[in-house]
Amino acid sequence: MGASDAYITGIGQSEVGMKLTRHPLLLTLDAVREALQEAGLSIGQIDGVSTYPGRVPAMLGFSPVGSDELIDALGIRASWYAGGIEISSQLGAVTAAAMAVRTGQARHVICYRTVYEAAAMARPEEYPVPRRDRVDGGSQWTAPFNALSAAVWTAQYAMRHVKQFGLTREQLAQIALTGRANAALNPRALVREPLSMDEYLAARMIASPLCLYDCDRYTDASTVLIVSAGDALDEVSCTPVRIAAMAGSVERHSWDQAEWMACYPTGADLWSRTDYTQSDVDTVQLYDGFSFQAIAWLEALGFCEKGEGGRFIEGGKRIALDGELPLNTFGGQIGAGRLHGFGFAHEAVVQLRGKGEARQIPGNPRVAVATSGGGPLATALLLARD
Amino acid sequence: MAVPRPLPRLDSSNRDFWTGGANNELRLMRCLDCATFIHPPRPVCRNCLSENVATEAVAGTGVIATFTVNYQKWHPAMEVPFVVARVAPDGAPGVYLTTNIVGCDVDAVEIGDRVRVIFEQQDDVYLPLFQKIN
Repeated sequence: MGASDAYITGIGQSEVGMKLTRHPLLLTLDAVREALQEAGLSIGQIDGVSTYPGRVPAMLGFSPVGSDELIDALGIRASWYAGGIEISSQLGAVTAAAMAVRTGQARHVICYRTVYEAAAMARPEEYPVPRRDRVDGGSQWTAPFNALSAAVWTAQYAMRHVKQFGLTREQLAQIALTGRANAALNPRALVREPLSMDEYLAARMIASPLCLYDCDRYTDASTVLIVSAGDALDEVSCTPVRIAAMAGSVERHSWDQAEWMACYPTGADLWSRTDYTQSDVDTVQLYDGFSFQAIAWLEALGFCEKGEGGRFIEGGKRIALDGELPLNTFGGQIGAGRLHGFGFAHEAVVQLRGKGEARQIPGNPRVAVATSGGGPLATALLLARD
Repeated sequence: MAVPRPLPRLDSSNRDFWTGGANNELRLMRCLDCATFIHPPRPVCRNCLSENVATEAVAGTGVIATFTVNYQKWHPAMEVPFVVARVAPDGAPGVYLTTNIVGCDVDAVEIGDRVRVIFEQQDDVYLPLFQKIN
């Protein structure tokens, strides 16, 4: 720890909802303002911006605000910035920022993820769905077979787990049940009602074995994390959280050529870069755009053996707020909304600062893991409060 | 499925794969130097970086490596349920094809099932679908 490290300082989040009418740039501003206020920083002290996946003109709801636009709109003088989709996943924007502050490119970097998918779908006149005659790139290997959603791609990994390792619906349900129980305690969560096992088991299938409640849903929100240089912490008024290790590895960049998802090599790489071990971790915030991804992350990070993820979370006690390894304490994406990766790092910082209020885990937590991504996309952050 | 499928844009790398069905051939790219199969097809071998690559026909049989039954209508005209599967073609180690298993009940599909290719033509594209070998 020290001057050469990167830290998460201010964190912020806009209103989280569906079909919001507030402009996505202003949602981003709301999250920026909250993060600046918490850190005691002014916008003039921000000298870097990093985002995922950058503005996506063909799918503006997926990513409506680019880093270049934010820099211009907020009058930031950036000495370093980046935004793009060709990175290890959503939280890759944070690993990029961490490297930037560690190499002196910037001192305080706004990292953000703004999503506007529910609003865009509700207002097609403003956010038209692009029409393409033909598909190319990676989607040509899935779309012609009507494998049109990451739910379908992820379901095939989950099905292998079912058939090879015996994952049951009751085990898989624990990700959604835990997330929804925690979301009920999070005032900003998209879904505030708990989910029962009976409701889960009665839900319609989307792509077997994934049912409706195994999937996150389109959300409008912005989440901001400020990454600061270790030698700039004297400018910051909040408790800094150190990025103790980070990883984002892939073996085949493909949803169907890889034997398993990229979280597995990423999880192994994370522990090779730190002296911390799994037993030091007080809480895990694991990507659950689809519930099975969180189970894969538990295995990938070595909290249990590969194939044991379902049995590891059986009954849900171990991953509950008062369990030995509280998971997705804000609700995950299934409960809190599709904040798309950034919600996990945001919540890790909330918990490590003891600011979780009704959902705060006991025991003065000091170390957390936050991850993003599924399929060929994976980023893991090990976060520590020193 | 009568509803038109999204079709690939054909180019020099993928044309053989998507049109081999006109000759009832499942064609995969292969390195002529080290014999590694290259999928998705590209003009370079990912094992030895040789540019000496060409497509060749494989048997057209294979094994279901995993699958899902898709129940969600991702657009209103979609006919559900149907099976999306990942098939490992015989004779092409390391290659998987995302495809549909057709010609059987969706509940009749299992990992490890033996399958054979059947091509569905739409415009200038021959989609390699698979059906179970009884």
